[in-house]
Formats: sequence, structure tokens, C-alpha cells
Amino acid sequence: MGPIEPFLLSFVTFFPLLAGVGLLLIAALASWIGTKGLPDSLWKSVGLASTLATFGVSVRLFVEFDATRTGFQFVEHLSWIPEYGVNYFVGIDGISLLMVMLTTFLVPIVFIASWDDIRESIPTFVFFMLFLETGMLGAFVSLNVFQFYLFFEVMLIPMYFIIGIWGGPRRIYAAVKFFLFTMFGSLFMLVAVLVTYLLHFEQFGALQFDLVSTTGESKALLDTVIPLSGQIVDGEPVVWWKTQTWLFAAFGLAFAIKVPMFPFHTWLPDAHVEAPTAGSVVLAGVLLKMGTYGFVRFAIPLFPVAALEFTPIILALSVVGILYGSLVAMVQTDIKRLVAYSSVAHLGFVMLGMFALNEQGLNGSVLQMVNHGVSTGALFLLVGMLYERRHTRLISDFGGIAKPMPVYAAFFGLVTLSSIGLPMLNGFVGEFLILMGGFLAHPPSAAVATFGVVLAAVYMLWMYRRVMFGPVTNPENRSLIDLGLREKLVMVAMAVPILWLGIYPNTFLLRIQPSVIELLHQVEVRTALTTLPSTEDVALLAAADTAADPAADPNREPQP
Amino acid sequence: MVNGATEESVLRLIPLLPLAAAAYHGVMLGLVRRPTPRTVTIAISCGAVLASFVASCVAFWSLIQHPNGSHLLVDNVFSWIGSGVGVHAFSADVAFLLDPLSSVMTLVITGVGSLIHIYSVAYMDDDQRDDKGFQRFFCYLNLFTFSMLILVLADNLVLMFLGWEGVGLCSFLLIGFWYSDEWNAYCGSKAFIVNRIGDFGFLLGLFLLFSSLVDVGKPAVEFQDIERNLALITEATLAVPEWLGGGEWLLVNVIALCFFVGAVGKSAQLPLYVWLPDAMAGPTPVSALIHAATMVTAGVYLVCRMGFLFAVAPFASMVVAWTGALTAVFAAVIAIAQTDIKKVLAYSTVSQLGYMFLAAGCGGYTAAVFHVASHAFFKALLFLGAGSVILALHHEQNLENMGGLWRRTPRTHVVFLIGVLTIAGFPGLSGFFSKDEILVAAFASEIPGHTWLYGIGLATSGLTAFYMFRLHFLTFYGESRASADIREHIDEPGKLIIYPLYVLAFFAIFFGYAGLPQVWGDLVFGVDNSNSLANFLMPTLAVVPHNQLDHTTEVWLAAAAITAGVVGFGFAWFFYMMRPQLPERIAAALRIPHQLLVRKFYVDEAYDLLFVRPLVAISDRVLFRVIDVAVIDGLAVGGIARLVRATGTNLLRHAQSGFAQTYIFFMIAGAVAIVWILLR
Repeated sequence: MGPIEPFLLSFVTFFPLLAGVGLLLIAALASWIGTKGLPDSLWKSVGLASTLATFGVSVRLFVEFDATRTGFQFVEHLSWIPEYGVNYFVGIDGISLLMVMLTTFLVPIVFIASWDDIRESIPTFVFFMLFLETGMLGAFVSLNVFQFYLFFEVMLIPMYFIIGIWGGPRRIYAAVKFFLFTMFGSLFMLVAVLVTYLLHFEQFGALQFDLVSTTGESKALLDTVIPLSGQIVDGEPVVWWKTQTWLFAAFGLAFAIKVPMFPFHTWLPDAHVEAPTAGSVVLAGVLLKMGTYGFVRFAIPLFPVAALEFTPIILALSVVGILYGSLVAMVQTDIKRLVAYSSVAHLGFVMLGMFALNEQGLNGSVLQMVNHGVSTGALFLLVGMLYERRHTRLISDFGGIAKPMPVYAAFFGLVTLSSIGLPMLNGFVGEFLILMGGFLAHPPSAAVATFGVVLAAVYMLWMYRRVMFGPVTNPENRSLIDLGLREKLVMVAMAVPILWLGIYPNTFLLRIQPSVIELLHQVEVRTALTTLPSTEDVALLAAADTAADPAADPNREPQP
Repeated sequence: MVNGATEESVLRLIPLLPLAAAAYHGVMLGLVRRPTPRTVTIAISCGAVLASFVASCVAFWSLIQHPNGSHLLVDNVFSWIGSGVGVHAFSADVAFLLDPLSSVMTLVITGVGSLIHIYSVAYMDDDQRDDKGFQRFFCYLNLFTFSMLILVLADNLVLMFLGWEGVGLCSFLLIGFWYSDEWNAYCGSKAFIVNRIGDFGFLLGLFLLFSSLVDVGKPAVEFQDIERNLALITEATLAVPEWLGGGEWLLVNVIALCFFVGAVGKSAQLPLYVWLPDAMAGPTPVSALIHAATMVTAGVYLVCRMGFLFAVAPFASMVVAWTGALTAVFAAVIAIAQTDIKKVLAYSTVSQLGYMFLAAGCGGYTAAVFHVASHAFFKALLFLGAGSVILALHHEQNLENMGGLWRRTPRTHVVFLIGVLTIAGFPGLSGFFSKDEILVAAFASEIPGHTWLYGIGLATSGLTAFYMFRLHFLTFYGESRASADIREHIDEPGKLIIYPLYVLAFFAIFFGYAGLPQVWGDLVFGVDNSNSLANFLMPTLAVVPHNQLDHTTEVWLAAAAITAGVVGFGFAWFFYMMRPQLPERIAAALRIPHQLLVRKFYVDEAYDLLFVRPLVAISDRVLFRVIDVAVIDGLAVGGIARLVRATGTNLLRHAQSGFAQTYIFFMIAGAVAIVWILLR
């Protein structure tokens, strides 16, 4: 591992894509010299091996991560288009570390789980999965906003094809819907990114997309003062224009769609129901976290005052999401759709904890992102296993499955319990901290959200009972075969984080904690920075900061 | 005396041994294809619980070795959840606390638990043809024992919640043990969900308590720390929102009531008792262990454990007492008309739990714990006895098909009679003493309406005697009403079934002398400090001021209780021994009230109609079909899509003219516009 030492993070990020491209080249070469290309099994094996290797290296990241330090680690900074402040800039803190771990953990599992599931165009599938993994990892490790945006968009492409090619009957509709929803939001974000970028230029006279500065001297986006009120035009403030509010709203919309928060969630059930198992697992497990992660990494620290302003709305939407998602999940007839709506409820918890904006809430929120990835990922894997056998996901087609498939029922039970937040399993720790944080900040919202734990039990257990218990009424279910070795392996692998996070969450909380404290500190500092009494003071402060550079006068008139 | 390190580490063995057994079973069931031989399953399961019992005894021993005042052992295993620093810091450890209260509970749980494990070996052997099913049963049973022990040994509320939810889970798994039957699976889920409503209250209480302690700068979830800092928040009030009437409530009352909601769910009190009678769908040993002796007393344990909170929350305590009293009489009334032997016992459990809350609400925490323990013995005895009857009759549970069993199952008859006498309060048996303590606590308490509470308790005691003797007479006396082919094959079950009953019968008779009220110590036995249980528990339980009663009053109270019992017995004797035809005729004459009783006041049906159906209907018809599908996806999302398409086809098509100049013009114009807007 010697030579990759300084590039550990880049290695983790790009190794899957490199493996994919390498396979493509070899396949091209092979068909050029006249063979029929590479066998499917080779594609699958190499795909799996490279994702496992990625996971292995990310474990090293996890172990070597210094949990006593705040700030970013494993930082790499290379100039890319320096004139425009576009750099290749990666680094992780405790929050992104967990997201990286979640991603590298889930992708190999998905490979094993869909080993027999995907039967058509296997090379393409393998390539897209590898491509997708790099896309997701790239977004999590990016510290340059331009680069983040690039990855944020790029990962749509493989996901679009995974749903569109290997999906169910309405796959094209679902894929387009997924794509348009996300694009719609992220265009607003793009505009907001550019505005922030220009504000930075106004204040510091330099074009910069880096979120944080690599050295103490240079300035980055997080040093930019985002004004609260509108600009002064001819001595009169523009009343309707509130810079920070609108920028947060633009970022927030992009991420809220991705989360998805009520009422932007309707793409999710369609995407999940149509996606193949692999797609659903990655979508629920990782892609949704782009939204929540985006809030934590960008929207909240960049626009803290607006974040506070929006808190009542976001809390309301989160609580509505929890209750609404649970109740709608309860009446679904398709298991996958049920799980999709349960995601709306679970991510409502994540958002609630996040906008408590205190340590408990944020710790719980970040942990719950991982928990949701694991639990819901596992649920989709299990639903997929049943679908492979029976080619239906309707609850009413089942009943009494525990009889022919006891091991399956046991794992399903474990995951169900983890999803409804049973103590000693992962879901509890996150939910508990979220609700506790919520209670410290906004007791009424948290109290209502707590009722979500009752509803979670209702919809999950009701589904479990109708699928697993009772007599076997449908003769087709009588001869179902229980889990095979490969499937058991997958489920045991999923059970490890479920139990670990439930029994000893401190392994993870220790790593999250400093980053959360840092985030809260940033919010505090930047709130103080932006809520100075008047625009003159802001100008003074910015001017003092950039005294060396006379071009950076924030109050200068627009150039004709 | 054992040295320090081992002395405390023995605590962790108590819950971890059953956990290890459960984990072993789980791994064997999930990952090993070959079934484990029954002997191995039995050895591991029963061995673990017995070892846990031994560990509990060792822990108890080292506890009583301690000098007065340091009545506890703490075993800190590891830090479970740690989050935050400074004033918001929260941490919950896996740490066990053994004080007299948890010590009594562990002894009861592991002691009665061991007996029931042994009993189950025979009971389930008869039931389960399949080795995997047999092992699954013991896996759940061990997991339950673990959870229950965590619940009582936890030194903080969060770990207690782990046990709290764990027992709920095991209850769900064991009620639905025969999951192929739709009804059993339904009952299991019902139990879990109703319990979760209670857990909602528990969590609210926990969060409210924690955040109030944060407000005074003392965040903690450990019982001892909470108790120490509670004084800081006893005066605090909570502003009530206008729509709830406004004004201010005492914070401790609100917190205590939240916890009590949790207790109501777990201990099957009004209005959340509905799951317990249905829980009888589970195997009978489960009914004995979980739904009579241990789990359902968790709510009482919670109130006693948090006694320091309830003691300063007078309103909440009053609610506890009234809920208990009303539940006691309500369930006793329902029990009168039930015809399923286990249902009668289930309602009797609900009723007896009501007694315990009555005591706790009146500040008689010792009386409550005393009754928890004595009830554990006699109710386990009654349930296991019922199990023996059910086995003898080849899984017949209906009282209408029993009768005359005393000839065929003489040993079961005797121990069952002991159980009936104990619960009915026959003088000198443990139930007499513990129930008497409760009635005394109610009589002596200072809460408003305590004489009414006492009166309800006394009436319930008469009703208890009535329905229990009715049960006994219908089961064991009179002519056999079993069908001919069953009558041929009535056999008393074997030793593994009967011997645990003997042990329980012994304790049902003599356990009361561990908590002998002082009045009998003085008047009958001539011993000082006769109530060793109360003396043992005293240092850890909260003390609530109450009226002092003299011995004469107490004797009169006891006489009243005995009279109530005799009256109940007399009526039962009259109706079911002397005039066995009479009950039927009364039922026919009073058809409507009788139906009301038989159908349990239609509470289940009412809940279904008021809550379940509307919730499902609204979720499906309104939230899903209207809001989600029609409004959000159809109107909003679809509307935007249509708008975009319309704009595209009607307007923007013209923009796509193909002239490069036009494109460049619009591009530059757009860019200028953006820059102007942003920078002006």
C-alpha cells in the first residue's frame, strides 16, 4: 500500500471506476482480437473484488481516522482550473467518513445479492455500479463545491440507467421521474452556488469554489459573509430579496427533494418499486443520504441564519413526514412501496434531529443516516430475495412464509425490529438521540414525532404478520426454498452493523462527535458574522479581512 | 465475604447467562441446518437460568452482607451511548444496580423463571414435534429472561428501556409462537403495538425528565443521579397550551404521568389492558412467566423504582391509585363471566396488577412490591396448574367442558386449591398478607377519596374470591362435562409438570411470612420487626406521609377483608355447588348485562371502531389516495409537467429556430441579465 498512502481517499473514490474502465478496455481489446469479449462471470467477479478492495481500504480510513481531531483528514488538494477556483479537493471528517463507510459497505453486498438477479447485459450493469460507487463516494469526499456538484449530478447517470434498464414494467417512467425531480432541484442549487461564488468574489476578489481553505491564509466559501438583507439599490434596500434566505431555499430545495422530505417524496415510491433490488438498496442506502449530507455539509454551515429561519418549516415538514409516511406506509399493498414510504418517515427523523441543531440531535441524525442505509438496505435485499422466488411483492400474495422459510423470516424479523427502533439494534440509538436532541430544542415537535415510534411498529409489524404468519394459503408459497448460502452471507453481513451500531454505537459516535461540535461552532461563528448590526459593519469586517487586496471592496458598484 | 471485584461483576452474569443461551440458540437456528438435540437445548436453557438464579442468590447474599446505608452494588460494564459534552452531555451506560428492590425482583424472576423453564420442558415436549420449534421456544424464553433481568437491574432509564422493549418483543414472539394460526399472530402484534403506545409515554417521560434536568445543569438518566437532583425541579411548572385549557402544571406531575402511561401499557391497566387477555393465545408456561409473574409487573416496578418522583407528584400518584383501583374492580367483574380457564386467570392478573398500582399510588411501595412477589408465586402456580389441567384434557380450555377433575388429577387439584385460597386471601397464606398490606395502605393514605379506594379494593377482594372459587368449582368439582372420548383419557401429567407446582405452592403458602405485617408479628407470633421484607426494602423505596393506624384498626381491616372473601366464597359455593343450574338461568334472565360481561363490555370492538378502522380508512382513502396520489403527484407534480410540456410545444418551439445568431443573442442576453440581477 506504500505508494497510495498520500492518495488514500482518492484511491477509495476512484478505484471502482478505474476497475470498471479497465474491464471495458480489456473487453474491447478482447473483442478486437476476435474473442467474444469477457465472460459475464469475470465481470461480476472483478466488480465484486474491486468493491471489496475499496471497502478494505475504507476500513483503513476508518481505523486511521483520528477521532480526537476536528477538521478534515486525508486531505488532498490539487489545482484543476485555478483561475476559476475549481480544484480537486477531497477530505473527510467524521460525518463524511461514515457516509463513505456506508457506501463502500453496501456496494459489495449489492453485488453479492444481485449475483443471480441481474441476467441481462451484465457487463453494463457491473460498469454502472462501479461508476455509481465512484460518483457517490466522490460527492461525499468533495470539499470543492464545483466538484461536489459535478459528482452530485454525475451519479444520476448510472442510477438512471440502472432503473431504466434493469427495472420493472414502468421503469422508464420511474427513471425519468427520478431524474427530473433531482435535476429540477439541483438547478436551483447551481444558481445558488454561483451566487455564493460571486459573493465570495465580491468580498475577497478571488474566484474560489473550495468550501474550506487548505491553509490558514487563503479564504474559502465558508469565509464568505452571506448577507441577510437585500442589496442596496440607489440607497434603498430591496425588500423582497433576502440573499441568505433565498440561497438556503435553493440549496434546501435540491436536498429536500433528494432526502426526500414531504411533499417532495413522490418520486421515491415509483423509483423504488421499479428499480431492481440493487438499485433500491443503493438508492435508499446511499443516494438519499446525499440530501441529508448536503444539508449538514453545505446548506447549514453556509447559511446558518437562514437555516434557523427555516427551522420551523423544516421541523413541521419532518414531523408531517414521519406521521404521514408511516400512515401511508401502513396501507400499502406492495412491500417495496411500503418500505419506500417508511423511508420518508425515517428520513423525517433524520431531518428533525439535524434541525434541532444541538449535539444530541446532530449526532443522532448522522448516525441515523447510517442506520437507515443499513436497515432499509437490508429490507430491500430481503424483499428482493422474496421477489426472485415468487415474482410478486404484493402482501396479499403471501402469508405463512415463516413456515417454508424460517431463516428468511428470522432475518426479516431482525431487520424489521431494527427498522422500528428496538433497543440493542441500530435504529434505536439514532432515533433516541434525535428525539432527545429534538426535545431539548423544540419539545412539541419532538413529542409529536415520538408518536412515530408507535406507528413504525404498526406498519412494520402488520406487514410482517401478513407476510410471515398465519397459514400458508397460497399453494405456490408452500414449496418456497429457504435462504441459500450466498443469501445467508449477505444477511449475516447486514446483521453485523445492525448489532454493532445497536450495542456499541460509541465506535461511530466518537468519530461523529468532533465534526458535529465543529459544525455547531461554525454555525455560531458564521451567525455572528452575518448578524452584525448593519451592512456597513459587514463591509468593514470584510474589508478588514481583505485589506491586502484593494480590488475586493464589497461595496463597489457593478461594472458597466 | 467476597472481594470487591467479583462481588460486583456477579451482577453482569445474571442477565448475560440467559442472553448467551439465547444467542446460542439463535445461531444454531439461523445458521446451522441440523437441529440441535433436545437434551442440549434443555441443558443450555435451563442451565443458564438456574445459573442466573444462583448468581442472583450470590448477589443477594453480598447485598445483605453490606452494612446498613450502603444497600447497593453497581456493576459498570461499558459505556453504551455517549453523546455531547458540557451541559447537554448525555450518556447511558450498560451498568447494573443491585439494591433491595432489584434484588427481590431478580430473585423472583430467576427463581420462578427456573421453575417455569423446567415445567416448559415437559409442556413443550408434548406440543412440539419439531426440534427446531422446541429450540425456538427456549430461545425466546431465554431472551425474555435476559430482557426482564436487564429491566430490573438497569441503573439508568435508557438501559431499562432496552429491557422494557425487549420483554415486549419476547412477549410478541411467544404469544405468536404458534404463528401458523392467524389469531395467535394477531394477538402477538396487538400486544406489541399496545405496549408501544405505553412506550411512547415512557420515552416522553424520559425526554421530559432529561431536558428538565438539563435546564438545571444536571443532565442524567441514572436513577441515583435523578433522585439526587430531583429536588431542583420539583417546583418547576410547565405552561399548558391554550387549547388544553391554559394554566400551569407541576412538571413532576407531567413527567410522572408520562411514565405511568408506560406502566399502564406494560402492566395492562385501564385503558390499555386489552392486550393481556388476548396474550393467552401463547403457550401456557409463557402466560405464567410473562403474562402473570414477571413482565406485567414491570409497570409496578417502574412506579416503585421512580417512587421518589411519584412521591413528590401528588396528582400523578392519585391517578395511579385510581387507575389501579378501577382496573382491579373492572377486570374482576369481567372475570366473573369468562368461560376460558386462562381468560379468567388473565383478567384476574389485570385485577391483581390493579391492586399493586393502588398500593403504589397510595405510597405503599413496599406493599406493592410485596404483592408483586407473592402474586408471582400464586399466579404462576395457578397458570401452571391450569396448564396441567389443559394437558390432562388434551388442550381443552373451556370451563364448560371441565368439571369433576379432582378425581383424575388429584395432585393438580390440591396445588390449584392452594393457589385459589391464596389469591382469595385465606388467612395465613401469602396473598392474605400482601393484599391486606395494600388495603391498609389505601385506608391509611392521605390522598383524596382514599376511603373510596379502600372500599373498591375491599369489594374487589370479595369478587376475587367469587370468580376464583367459581373457576375452581367448575374445573374440579361436579360432574365431568368433557366429551366421552376425552373423559376416557384424562391423565395427570408427569413429574416435570407437577414438581414445579409443589415448589410454587410452598412459596404461595409461606412467602407471606417474609413480609409479615407488624400487626400479626405483635399480636399472633410475638416477634419484633416481623416485616423483614419491608425492612429490607425500606432504604430504597420512597416514603410518602400517611396516617398511622393502630393495631385495632388493622385487625378490623383484616376482618373486613376476610369477611369479603368469605362472602365471595359463599356466593360461589351457592351458585356453582349448591345450585349449579342457577347461573344459567340468571344469565338467561339478564341477557343484556350478561352479554355485556361475556363480551367484555365490547371494549375491543369499541377500540376497533373508534381508532383502528378510522386510522386505516383515513390513511388509505385520504392520505394516500387523495393527498399523495391525486394532489401531490397528480395535481402538483403532474401539473408542473403538463405546464412544462405546454410551454415547450407552444412557446419555446419557436425559440428553437436553428439560427445560430438568435442562440448567441439569447445566451448573451441571459448572462447579462443574471449578472445584472446579482450584482446590481
